[in-house]
Amino acid sequence: MMEPGTYFMEGNTACAEGAIAAGCRFFAGYPITPASEILERITERFPEVHGSFLQMEDELASIASVLGASWAGKKAMTATSGPGFSLMMENYGLGLMTETPCVIVNVMRGGPSTGLPTMVAQGDVNQTRWGTHGDVGVVVYAPSSPQELFDLTIDAFNTAEKYRLPVIVLSDEIVSHMTEKVEVPPESEIDIVDRKKPEDSPEDHLPFCPDEDLVPPMANAGEGYSVHVTGLTHDEKGHPSVDESTQNQLVPRLIDKIRKNADDILDYEEYRLEDADKAIIAYGSVYRAAIEAVDMAREKGYKVGLLRPKTIWPFPEERIYDLASKQIDDFLVAEINFGQIVYEVERCTAHGAQTYLAPRMGGNIHTPEELVERIEAIDKGMIPAFKE
Amino acid sequence: MSIRKSRDWFSPDYMDEKSKKKSAYGMHPLDEYLRKDRIPHIWCPGCGLGIILNSYLRALKNSHISPEETAVISGIGCSGRAAGYVDVDSFHVTHGRAIPFATGLKIGNRDLVTTVFSGDGDLFAIGGNHFIHAARRNVDFNVICINNFNYGMTGGQAGPTTPKDAETSTTPMGGFEQPFNLPGVAAGAGAVYVARWTAYHVEQLIDSFEEALNKKGFCFIEVLSPCPTGYGRKVGLKTGKETMKHYKENSEIKNGADPSEVALDPEDPDTNIIVGKFVDREAPTYQDERGEVFEKARKKMEVE
Repeated sequence: MMEPGTYFMEGNTACAEGAIAAGCRFFAGYPITPASEILERITERFPEVHGSFLQMEDELASIASVLGASWAGKKAMTATSGPGFSLMMENYGLGLMTETPCVIVNVMRGGPSTGLPTMVAQGDVNQTRWGTHGDVGVVVYAPSSPQELFDLTIDAFNTAEKYRLPVIVLSDEIVSHMTEKVEVPPESEIDIVDRKKPEDSPEDHLPFCPDEDLVPPMANAGEGYSVHVTGLTHDEKGHPSVDESTQNQLVPRLIDKIRKNADDILDYEEYRLEDADKAIIAYGSVYRAAIEAVDMAREKGYKVGLLRPKTIWPFPEERIYDLASKQIDDFLVAEINFGQIVYEVERCTAHGAQTYLAPRMGGNIHTPEELVERIEAIDKGMIPAFKE
Repeated sequence: MSIRKSRDWFSPDYMDEKSKKKSAYGMHPLDEYLRKDRIPHIWCPGCGLGIILNSYLRALKNSHISPEETAVISGIGCSGRAAGYVDVDSFHVTHGRAIPFATGLKIGNRDLVTTVFSGDGDLFAIGGNHFIHAARRNVDFNVICINNFNYGMTGGQAGPTTPKDAETSTTPMGGFEQPFNLPGVAAGAGAVYVARWTAYHVEQLIDSFEEALNKKGFCFIEVLSPCPTGYGRKVGLKTGKETMKHYKENSEIKNGADPSEVALDPEDPDTNIIVGKFVDREAPTYQDERGEVFEKARKKMEVE
């Protein structure tokens, strides 16, 4: 990995460096704005760390080969943006179904379709949760700075290995193309998690039989365990068993694996919430405008705080429920879309507080001033709460 | 052997007992390569897949390649189920994506003898783009395409290899699309080994699989296979046996034939099945080429 120290680094570069620090040694990708710098940095750095980079023919192939490499025992990653992310949805589901650890970076740009290739948006948030068919449990990190693109990419690899699933790093064009100070810690200070290995013999091994944490140990290909891996509904042996009872055992476990370990995975940050009666909820690049809006609104006498999910899924639902019960009257959700996370917030606040939305369609970020104006309007009862 | 005894022979108890003594001896010479608890398979009577899978496993055994060093990847469809029956690291992935999955697996672990075992629709319709790019890169693995001229599992629809005038579920008035000449596609895209056989040509098939298993680079073998259920009964080949007879009587072995000239006659699928080994050449693999470039880069970094 890089020499430890302080660097002036672009977000996408920091993401690639975070991946290398986390042990990523296989990367497959397809050029797409605004994620291409991740591919470029990886190609430059991989010879040195003996990694394998493949520029594939499309994003379908990129994610498929990442899954293959993960089963070969590599820590593997791909990076893309909206259109490519849409193409990856089917194999994202294969990764979730077959419990294949890997990392998918999505640098969000304006959509739908080709949209605004060079400009920011946060329109893929619900796609990370519900974009692949079927019921799934997912983990999604939302970095707000180049430093976090470094740190959270490492976290994403560790979570992927620990809980055996494809984990998403949901960046956006502003965070990925921003150049800022990044501290690269010494290798000894970076925690690295590796997938659990089976301790039983190949004869006795049940490749999809979970431990207490609901995660099965993983035998890689070539280790003599003759593992069968299928996207079909499968039993603990990994054999296809296309019936209701196997489905009822497998799919709830895949969801509970995340739900019941949510406290371990969940990551969020609070700012000036202690005495607040209003809260802004923002993530990704918008968090940067929101934190300034909090300070500006405070100067005007409004008791505003900020809650920022670093993991969008699992979502900090208990904390928001709690705040709505005891302390916060009004929640303002600021996101660069027409309302996605606001639905999550609203279901957690409906019992005790009002939820408002500050939407933006993409192309630019909220200004702190417009968020302060919203706070003022909410305070004066001048705007309606967000309703479906 | 009485019928009763024969049934006992296949009883679950007997199977369990045998599978405990793994690979010591068994009921079938290829037991060590089969997931015995997954047998019987789902394939229809008369289907060629059993013969082709058997030939592949024989080739593995003849080449002294153990199950532990083997990986089989399949896409979706009847052929896609092959991965579920072989007792090796086996992957049954999404429709059309067996080749990129295999690419990642092989590059992730170059010691695995890697084979993609899938059907014509999976490899050449939904997965066609991956096929040509893997051949172009010359990644070191084998692709076995079981060509039964239709989508068997979903009910006999036309696909990219269906002869032009064949009647299928989606061409009830007869087809009109030009089918692929698969050896021509493979050779044109850069495969270093290209052959075509039918399920009738068992000996040649085993030899061909062995050659591919022992060859470095992207090897492609097309195997024509009877599908009486989905395809044959609509085109006058009502049973597997009739189809095999058809292959026997109409195949012509032409080793070294120009792959661009071995198209199955779309006007008359009943004649001129050219089979044989068409391409067998040497070319540096993806892994070799990349290793060289990376090595140079590392040396340059050391100097700097």
